[in-house]
Amino acid sequence: MPIPFEYGSSFPTLLRKEIKRFYKVAFQTVAAPVLTAVLYLMIFGHVLEGRLVVYDKLTYTAFLIPGLVMMSVLQNAFANTSSSLIQSKITGNLVFILLAPLTHLEFYSAYVLAAVFRGVVVGLGVLLITLFFDVPAMQNPVWILLFAFMGAAILGGLGLIAGIWADKFDQLAAFQNFLIMPATMLSGVFYSIHSLPEIWQFISHLNPFFYMIDGFRYGFFGVSDVSPWLSLTIVSVFFLVVSGLALRLLQSGYKLRH
Amino acid sequence: MQSAVLIEHLTKSYGSLQALQNVSLDVKEGEFFGLLGPNGAGKTTLISILAGLCRPDSGRAFVMGTNVQTNFIEARRLLGVVPQELVFDPFFTVRETLRFQSGYFGIRNNDDWIDEIMTHLDLTSKANSNMRSLSGGMKRRVLVAQALVHRPPVIVLDEPTAGVDVELRQSLWKFISRLNQDGHTILLTTHYLEEAESLCGRIAMLKSGQVVALDTTQNLLARYGAHKVQAGQEADLEDVFIQIMAGE
Repeated sequence: MPIPFEYGSSFPTLLRKEIKRFYKVAFQTVAAPVLTAVLYLMIFGHVLEGRLVVYDKLTYTAFLIPGLVMMSVLQNAFANTSSSLIQSKITGNLVFILLAPLTHLEFYSAYVLAAVFRGVVVGLGVLLITLFFDVPAMQNPVWILLFAFMGAAILGGLGLIAGIWADKFDQLAAFQNFLIMPATMLSGVFYSIHSLPEIWQFISHLNPFFYMIDGFRYGFFGVSDVSPWLSLTIVSVFFLVVSGLALRLLQSGYKLRH
Repeated sequence: MQSAVLIEHLTKSYGSLQALQNVSLDVKEGEFFGLLGPNGAGKTTLISILAGLCRPDSGRAFVMGTNVQTNFIEARRLLGVVPQELVFDPFFTVRETLRFQSGYFGIRNNDDWIDEIMTHLDLTSKANSNMRSLSGGMKRRVLVAQALVHRPPVIVLDEPTAGVDVELRQSLWKFISRLNQDGHTILLTTHYLEEAESLCGRIAMLKSGQVVALDTTQNLLARYGAHKVQAGQEADLEDVFIQIMAGE
């Protein structure tokens, strides 16, 4: 008869596999987004330096750097879970994970932590390269890390939801292009919302991505458009909502188990 | 003897299509059991329910006495499934694929067993090859290896020899037969009836989601092949299958 094994958790393996998956194509998953962020910095920094008033005594390039770093963290965290899941669904190899004795919490944690890891790696890459342009202060590193982790986890969770929901690559692209991209681009990456007309300031306050960027930027400069505690509260609630929804979808087997 | 796979009154429909209609089966521990039927008969749906890939509308399924729905973690550890489709993860090598699969079952440091499986399936020379570079037959071998990494007591093979060469079929059946002799229960679906005839001790035939025949291979051959034997010919499972599916 078969010899029984000592069974441990499936979580570390799934996490390692998800990290290894993006590491194997690091040129595409890490180097390319770093280059994109640097191009944004070069173009917007060159065009808008001296023309936009942001926080006191702050150059526009220094203001822009944390926003670009956080935007890269968010977009890449989303890309990691969503692309991994949709590829596995379409090629059919998701069956190997579905056949395994994984709880929905292990599934969620492994995918989201791998997304956080990729987001942070890309964010660090962007930060390191942009230091050649300007060196932003880092007044509160704890806030920086907290918002980077929470933001990446939220976007990792959203990527998981999008990957579960989408049946085709174009559905996922729609989710990314019509929801994630506008929400990140209009979250105050390139400007302080105080420079906007009132109506747009109001609309920006409805965008949860704004609080991720603003709280993250507070960690660098010690100033922000809204209180970092308000940002943290809103981001935490958003994290709980996204995580709850992702876990519910995994538990129910929606579009994964028939 | 304990039931390795126990299926009680399973029913499953996809919209208006009734995939399974009140199906019950009892596969005993150590059996080499065949599940036969034409395309769309419900074989893969039945296996999917056992594996937790699909949820029944009603009825229950057990693997080694463990309910596949209420205790799915334990049930999945007891089951190894070779899926019908030739699926693989293009990012990884054969060894990485098997290590990951082992880890998904919570098993670490499993290289000795992984090496043994690869040896028996002639995969050793391809251990460090990327999955994309393998031929269809080699990919099929990896699928079999993936189902065995956690040494499940019950192994489900959903058409494992579809589209593979004679050499692999022979080495695969030799290995699976050895596992069966070691005490593993085998549940096989195949369209190669001569394979089922030579390997399976008992056979169930499904048609339109219902069990239309269930007996030992010998009894089925004796019952449905009698006219051939009387004519001086050898009865085979293909005749049996055709007669049963024709409703004779």
